[in-house]
Order: sequence, then C-alpha cells, then structure tokens
Amino acid sequence: MYQITEDQRALVDAVRDFATERIAPHALDWDAEKHFPVDVLAEAGELGLGGIYVGEEHGGAGLDRKDAVLIFEELAKADPALSAYISIHNMVVWMIDSFGTDEQRARWVPDLATMQHLGSYCLTEPGAGSDAASLTTRAVRDGDDYVLNGVKQFISGAGTSEYYVVMCRTADTGSKGISTLVVHKDTPGLSFGPNEKKMGWNTQPTRQVIFEDARVPVAHRLGEEGDGFHIAMKGLNGGRINIGACSLGGGQAALEKATAYLKERTAFGAPLTTKQSLVFDLADMATDLEAARTFLMRAADALDRKDPDTVRLCAMAKKVATDTGFDAANKALQLHGGYGYLHEYGVEKIVRDLRVHQILEGSNEIMRLIVGRMLVDA
Amino acid sequence: MKIVVLAKQVPDTWSDRKIDLESGMLDRAASEPVPDEINERALENALQFKDANKDTEIVVLVMGPEDATKTLRKLLSMGADSAVLVTDASLAGSDMVQTARVLAAAIEKIGGADLVVAGNEATDGRGGMIPAMVAEVLGLPVLPGLDAIEIGPDRVSGTAGVDGGSLQVSSSLPAVVSVTEKTAEPRFPNFKGIMAAKKKPLDTWSLAELGIQAGPEAASVRSVMVSATARPPKQAGPKVADDGTAASQLAEFLAANRLI
Repeated sequence: MYQITEDQRALVDAVRDFATERIAPHALDWDAEKHFPVDVLAEAGELGLGGIYVGEEHGGAGLDRKDAVLIFEELAKADPALSAYISIHNMVVWMIDSFGTDEQRARWVPDLATMQHLGSYCLTEPGAGSDAASLTTRAVRDGDDYVLNGVKQFISGAGTSEYYVVMCRTADTGSKGISTLVVHKDTPGLSFGPNEKKMGWNTQPTRQVIFEDARVPVAHRLGEEGDGFHIAMKGLNGGRINIGACSLGGGQAALEKATAYLKERTAFGAPLTTKQSLVFDLADMATDLEAARTFLMRAADALDRKDPDTVRLCAMAKKVATDTGFDAANKALQLHGGYGYLHEYGVEKIVRDLRVHQILEGSNEIMRLIVGRMLVDA
Repeated sequence: MKIVVLAKQVPDTWSDRKIDLESGMLDRAASEPVPDEINERALENALQFKDANKDTEIVVLVMGPEDATKTLRKLLSMGADSAVLVTDASLAGSDMVQTARVLAAAIEKIGGADLVVAGNEATDGRGGMIPAMVAEVLGLPVLPGLDAIEIGPDRVSGTAGVDGGSLQVSSSLPAVVSVTEKTAEPRFPNFKGIMAAKKKPLDTWSLAELGIQAGPEAASVRSVMVSATARPPKQAGPKVADDGTAASQLAEFLAANRLI
C-alpha cells in the first residue's frame, strides 16, 4: 500500500545514527537512575526532533505525520520512554503552532522547536481521566489575567518543562466550557508534586501540576474561550498515532533481541531456533508488528489528508499498535527465559515502558468506545 | 574561501570485506557501501570554519561508482554547499597514482581550492598517500595526518603526532591537509539539512570531461594488478594445557613474541 520514500529513508537513517550513539547506550542507566536527559533532548532539538510536524516558519521541521511515525518508531527502538516524551513535547509545540496567534507562535515555538525549552501537556486530573470533559481545574477571568486553581495528574516532564499547555474550565457548560492556557514554569502559584514512582517510563519525570491562584495573562490563551476541548481532542489524534509508533519501535527492538537470543542460546543439544514453536512465535510477532505498522501509516495518512475518518482510524490504530507492541515485548521476555527478567538484557524495560501506552492518550477501552459508538450511532 | 573536501565510499568496516580473485579488485557486492567515517571529520573541520565565516564555499569531491551519490548526499545534508562525483567504468581498480591524478584534475575543473581537506586514510585501501599525491600533482604544500587543525583566512596550521612527540606545522594557502580521527567530532545532519541536500548541486563528471585517460591506455602511469590470492586460513595457535605452569608458559609466549 505504501513505500518509504528516499527522503524518509534519509530521515530514518539520521535518527538511527543519533539514537544509536546518544540514546541507546544510556537507556538502561537512565531507567535505573530515573534520569531525564535534558542535554540529549537539546541535541535532539538540533536534529529537528522538537517540532517534527510543525511549520518551518518558526523553526519546525515541516515534515508530515507519516514521517513522524517512522521517526518515533526509530527513536523508540533505542528508548520507548524517551521517544514517548519527545512525542508529547511535539504535541505541545504543534498545539501552540496550530492554534496560537502569530505573536504567540513567534514567541514560544522557536525555543520549543529546538528543545531549548521543553513542554508538558496538562489534561488529566486526579478525578478526570478518560472522562476529560469533566475536568474541574478552573480559570476565572480577573482583568487581563485568569486566576487558575486546580490539580493536573500524571504530567510528563512536569517540574522540568518550561511551558505547560493546560486545559481548564472557564464555564460550566461541559466540554464547551474548556479553554487552553499556556503557563510558564515560573508563574507564582504554580507548584509540582513529587516525582511519581512508576512501573516504567522512568527516564521522564511524572508529577502533579498544582495551581493555587496562579495568575496567567489572557494573552496566553490558545484560541477562544471554549475552544479547549476541541484543541485537546485534535491533539490526541496525532498523539495516538505517535504513541502507537513508540510501541512499534519498542516491540520491534524486543523482537530483534529475541531473535538474536534464540540463535545463540542452546538447549537440549541444539540452538533454540531449531524449535519450531519458538520460531513461530518470532514469525507471529513480526507479522503482527508489520500489520500494525501498515495500519498506523494508514491512520497517519488520514491525518495528513484531514480525512473525515481520521478520528476512527487513529483510535483503531492506537489500540492495535499499543497492544501489538506490548504483546511482542512480553513474548520476547518469555522467549528470553530468566534472562528476560534481568534489567541488563533490556527486555523487561521495554515491557514496563510499553505497558502504559495501553492506558494513556485515551485508554484502549476508550479507543473501543470511540469505534463502538460510531458503529451504533451510524 | 573555497574548501574542497575529499571523500570516499567504502565497504562497511564492520562487515566482511572481500577481494574478487578474478579481477584482483574489491568485491563491491560483498558488503554494503557506506561513507567512510573519516570523510565526516574532514568535512566537520571545514564546516566549523564555515560556521564562523559564512562566505565559505565547501565542495565535496568523490571518485567512485555511481551509487557513491549516497555518500555525497550525506555530506551535503551535514552542510556542504555542492558535490562532485567523478565516475567512469575505466576507473575501476584505480591505484593511488591514478586516483590522485583524477582528483587533482577534478579540483582544477572545480576552479581550484584555497584549501583541500581529506581524511588521513580510507578504511579500505589504507594507503594514506592520496592527500600528498594530490598536493604533488597540484603543486601545493601538504600538511598530513593532523590531529588538530586551525584554518585562518590565509594560513592553515595544526598538530601532527609523530613517534615520541608532536609537530606544530603550518602553511600558507592554498594547501592540502589531511586529518586523523582525533579531529572534530562530526555533527549529525538535521532534518532541514537532509531536505535541503536534495536541492543542492551534485555534478557527475566522466573522465572525458576531465580530459584524463585511465584504464590500459594509462598503463604507463599506473600500476596494474597481475594476480591475487586469498589470504590463507589462519593457523590454530598453540594450546596451553594447565599442568600448574600455564601462567609462566603464557608469560614466556608473550615475552618471546615481544608482546610484553
């Protein structure tokens, strides 16, 4: 259905060179030490990884969503957790570039695109996850400012990021009463919870973001009052594709590790590759990953073309890619036997990192809800 | 300033490299062709000068098979301004003298250079003489094997490691220099560079366009491979069985072979 172009091949080669040299050798240590490598992110920014599908006007790379799928998959082969953070950062930059005024874009996008500044996306709350429209963080207009109060939960990059794109309530009209504010980290009244102890994604910090009478200029609002839910959902279409690509990269890396391991490991007098059932496992992993990759590219193509079917395809592809990536990683762990359970073999890290992809950017149950509702309502 | 960077496409250093025993030439199908790593360091030195001196023009020059455009695109994506590939069937199996004549002719056709930068040696041939030979043909001074390089508006200088010390060397321009892997860590090409690279000029020249003869007609100025044999299989080394004296046997072996 599709073929990678010569340009895309060159982009992927460049990302591979970078990821192989600067990310892969450190990924296990970063995971163990919960280290967020902002210096490496700044280098990634020089490559163009900070604003992949952001227009060139303010420093983005001007690529499309299909390119981004290839790029995030390649990054995730080296480290799914860092790749996932870079994908979230890209969503933030894209939001500002897509929904900001010329003045806002010129002010914020250049430093974000080079990753001199990092961005965080604040939608989820302690009491509002899948049901995002029920969020309660409130912005009350006071002259030229909003006064912001509330708590955001599970925020990637929180405490380190320079800018926070915050979905908040400006009216009690459900999803129509949500607005989007860009909040700087030094805003008085903004604070952060402790770094959460997590199963995976250890290389990126996850904290609560807390607003207590934080004053945010009205000039920091993206779009009009009430546009927030629309902006959030638009962002999530691409976010779902990106996180799917991160899962495929992790799954592919796990498959490659498992293949190498079965070739070198002997049991009962012969290499494990002589056991047909194990080779069938590899074949199934490779086939499922390829099927998911093809589907993900179809969804990315729909997003590039602004196809009316984008929401449905992105939801389906997110579920398929994140389930497939996790299953491949989990199977690779099993194929490694006891060694798969050891940190230094790098497989259990992939399993831990990919598990959360089935939960975030809209849980896979919400993906089924989106698809199911469309069937029933049609 | 105009800087010409010499580059080469080589068989992948990390894979098996084979000689075709019939022709005595490199079997190019046996391994993936890749840009030689030293190219990028040579270019990085030139790019650092260009970063500070925007009116610098950098041309990368390769002699090689047609698919060597892959190497040139990579160097263009890093920031070189234009590229030239000299490719001609009769150049297959060229020795260093012929290669140097061709490269020198190409540099003249480019319009000359204030500075020619090359890697000190390629990972395949490992002759390490091309920069000096090109300098000889062009009648330019050469500073070979520099571990560090400093380019000025009318001079180039650097440090070359020699047995037991190092040499500080410098030359007026125009000149030819070759650099070692101790120089500049090459930058990664960025997405903009990659997309811009395809729009940059990449000229392909044949020998006729350079007015140079190669192949049998040029036998008087080039060496010709008359025969080639495969490297004999490695003999198994002596085995030391530990009867309590293994350590001293090993030490004696290492001492006898002047390894300690």
